[in-house]
This record gives sequence, C-alpha cells and structure tokens, in this order.
Amino acid sequence: MRPVLGFSADEWTAILLSLRVATVATVFALPFAIFAAYALARWRIPGKLFIDSVLHLPLVMPPVVTGYLLLLTFGRQGPIGSFLYDVFGITFSFRWTGAALACGVMGFPLMLRAIQLSFDTIDRRLETAAGTLGASHGWTFLLITLPLALPGIIVGIILCFARALGEFGATITFVSNIPGETQTIPSAIYTYTQVPGGETQALRLTFVSIVIAMAALIASEVLSRRINKRIAVFE
Amino acid sequence: MTDLAPPLSFRATLNHEKFTLDAAFEGVPGLTALFGPSGAGKTTVLDIIAGVRRPKTARIVIAGHTVVDTDAGIYVPAHKRRTGLVFQDAQLFPHLTVEQNIKFGRWFTQPDSTALSIALVVDVLGIGDLLKRRPAKLSGGERQRVALARALLSSPRILLMDEPLSGLDDARRLEIMALIERVRDEFAIPITYVTHTREEVRRLASRVVQMDAGRVVAIGTPAELLGP
Repeated sequence: MRPVLGFSADEWTAILLSLRVATVATVFALPFAIFAAYALARWRIPGKLFIDSVLHLPLVMPPVVTGYLLLLTFGRQGPIGSFLYDVFGITFSFRWTGAALACGVMGFPLMLRAIQLSFDTIDRRLETAAGTLGASHGWTFLLITLPLALPGIIVGIILCFARALGEFGATITFVSNIPGETQTIPSAIYTYTQVPGGETQALRLTFVSIVIAMAALIASEVLSRRINKRIAVFE
Repeated sequence: MTDLAPPLSFRATLNHEKFTLDAAFEGVPGLTALFGPSGAGKTTVLDIIAGVRRPKTARIVIAGHTVVDTDAGIYVPAHKRRTGLVFQDAQLFPHLTVEQNIKFGRWFTQPDSTALSIALVVDVLGIGDLLKRRPAKLSGGERQRVALARALLSSPRILLMDEPLSGLDDARRLEIMALIERVRDEFAIPITYVTHTREEVRRLASRVVQMDAGRVVAIGTPAELLGP
C-alpha cells in the first residue's frame, strides 16, 4: 500500500482497522444495551442488582481479566467459540472480529449506563398516556420511549465508540497484536514504543487518537444539543 | 344493546399497603363526578378503569364492553380499552408537535362512524393556531386543551379526567370548564371526572359519586349531595 497523508502503510492499516473494530463493536453492542437498559429500567426481574453488577463488571475488572475470560469462552477451544465455529464457521481468536468482540464487551457497560439513565428520567406517565391512546407496549417503546431517550443513546454510542478505540488490555490478551488483523491504534503505539526509532510513529498515532476522540465528542455534543432543542423540557 | 347499557359500571377492590379500595357505582350519560378529599381513592378508580392499575377483584363494563371481570378471568389491556385519559398535568408528548400529539390515537384506532373529525375538535377547543407548535411552548391552559383534543380524537368510549383544572389559574379554569361543558354536550361522550372542588361538581356533574377512604359514601345529584 502507498503511504497516504504521510502515514506509512502499517500505520494507515492500524487506523482503518481501529475505526472498523470500534464501529462494529458499537453497532453490535447497541441493541443489546438498549434491551438490557430497558429491561433493567422497566421490568420487575428477580436478582436485578446482581444482573446489573455482572453487566457492569467489564468496567471495573482489569481488562486483561476480561480478555482472558473471552479467550476461555470465545476461543476456538472455548464452549461458545467452538460452537460458533462448528455451526456458523465464525472465528474470533486472532481475528479482527475478536478485537471487535473484546471492544464491544469493554464498551458495553458505558453504553448501558448512559441509556439506563435516560430511560430512568423519562416520565412513566407519558408511556401510560400512549397506552390509553391505543398504543401497545411495542409501539409505545418505539414512538415515545426510544425518541425521548435518544440523547442518552447518542451519549452511550459515543462513549462505547471511544472506549472501543482505546481498548488495549482485553484485545491484546484475547486476539494478540497481529499487524493487519488485530493491531489497532493502541497496540500499534505500544509496538512502536518497544522498537528503537519508533517514537515518531508512536507520536503520529497518538495524535490521530486525539483527533478521532475529539471528533467523536464534538459530534455527540452537536447531536445532543440539536435533539434537546427539539424535545425541550417542560417549564 | 350497547345503547341501553350504562356508560360505565364499576366495581373493584384493591389493597395497597395501608390503603384499601372497595367501591362500586354506575356512570351516567353526561358527566359523573368522583368527588372527595385527597386520599379518597378517586384517582385509583380512574387508573383501574383505564387499565393503568390492576385491581384485586373487579368487574368493569364500559358502554357494554366488559374490560375487567376477575371472576370470568377477563382483563383487557389498557391500549385496547379506548378510554381517553386526561391527566392533571396534560402529559403531552414533548418530542411531537401539537398536531402529532392530537393525532396520536388515530394511528391505533380504526376510524369508525363514532370518530370525531379532527377539524371539529380543533375548532371546538380553539387550538387551530397551536398545531405546529411543540408542547414546551404552550401555556398551562393551552396544554390542557390539547390534552383534551388528544383524548377525544382517540375515539374513546369514555373520557376519564383527573383534576384537569388543578394546575390552572382562575381565568383559565373558567375557560377550560366552559370547554368541558361543550365537550360533554356536543360530543355525547360520557365523562368520569375526578375533583375535590364543589364548584366544578355543581357546574359540570349530572351525578356525583362521593368517596372517602377508598369507599363510596354517597351517590346523587349535585343538589342532593351539596345542597342548592
């Protein structure tokens, strides 16, 4: 590959891979996060506190531990990993898909938290009102709950995406650090800092990380403001 | 058949912590007021009729349609009862315009011969100028009018109003009261109306169901219960 914008082929590969991994991780985490947040905010479930804690574990556990647990369960020999390979031919170990899985798992609690909070702040009587006007639970969710939770959902998406971009420990433990396959920006920076003369490249990728993170934050801020302006708040 | 049935036949019991509800009454065409001090269980009755709260035992028939009969194992969910519930504080959908708010119920009910036309309701309630606005930009009285329009346009078999005037100043109260009178007389939809204000009962009600501590203590006309 020819150098683009002054980046070497390896650097460029790492940047594109990072964006792809973070995007896929976020897109796949989103429906699970919305479902879990809704269930925790609205349903009566026995052992809610326990489930809530388990879902937030990746936030507080050492990332290496999360990565190792993923290796044990989603690796080729693991119970879920071997099942997915035998039935669907999907492999996670040492593939970029594994990096996306690790990043998704690590970003999930942040996304869940943001969406849960926005569900909690919605006045439940708006949902009641929709019900008495003929909307089933499903329609009420789609037409009332989800649009009102949109600012929180956007914040959740950005937090998950940013976390996924920065993920290092779980990814490197689960899928290693293979250039072109699992070497995301953080693992590439780590590699460059370990070789003599890699400082320039490490610095360039650091700069890229900052730019992407800033862009994500600004995008979320602009979007939330727009939506808040539309929804506004009573009084 | 349905024409001969009373607009509402209600009997329910419910226990919740220290509160016990055990009430029965029939609604009349026109406006039936549930009257009593706060804590009497008036709002609970409305919630049970609307399907928002589940009673322990109950038999509730709205215009000939049985919506709850615990003996027969019937429990119609809220969204299939066609009760137009008007809340104390309007509860308009903040992310929708006034027009989208009032048409909300239309998306779920098949318009039939009893359905009111949007133009008529908008005209009677005087909200034509507000249609493109969002709820946050409305005054308290305007919100209540929009809430009333929204409930009316969902083709309700009964309107349930929970102290709809409580958040308004005196001028707005008189204005909305006049509108409720018009709605009661022109649209011929029976109304069950919760209030603790004598003035509202005298002016609006055909029948008063007086409640206290979860029980019905008296039923009669406003003149019988409140004096001339």
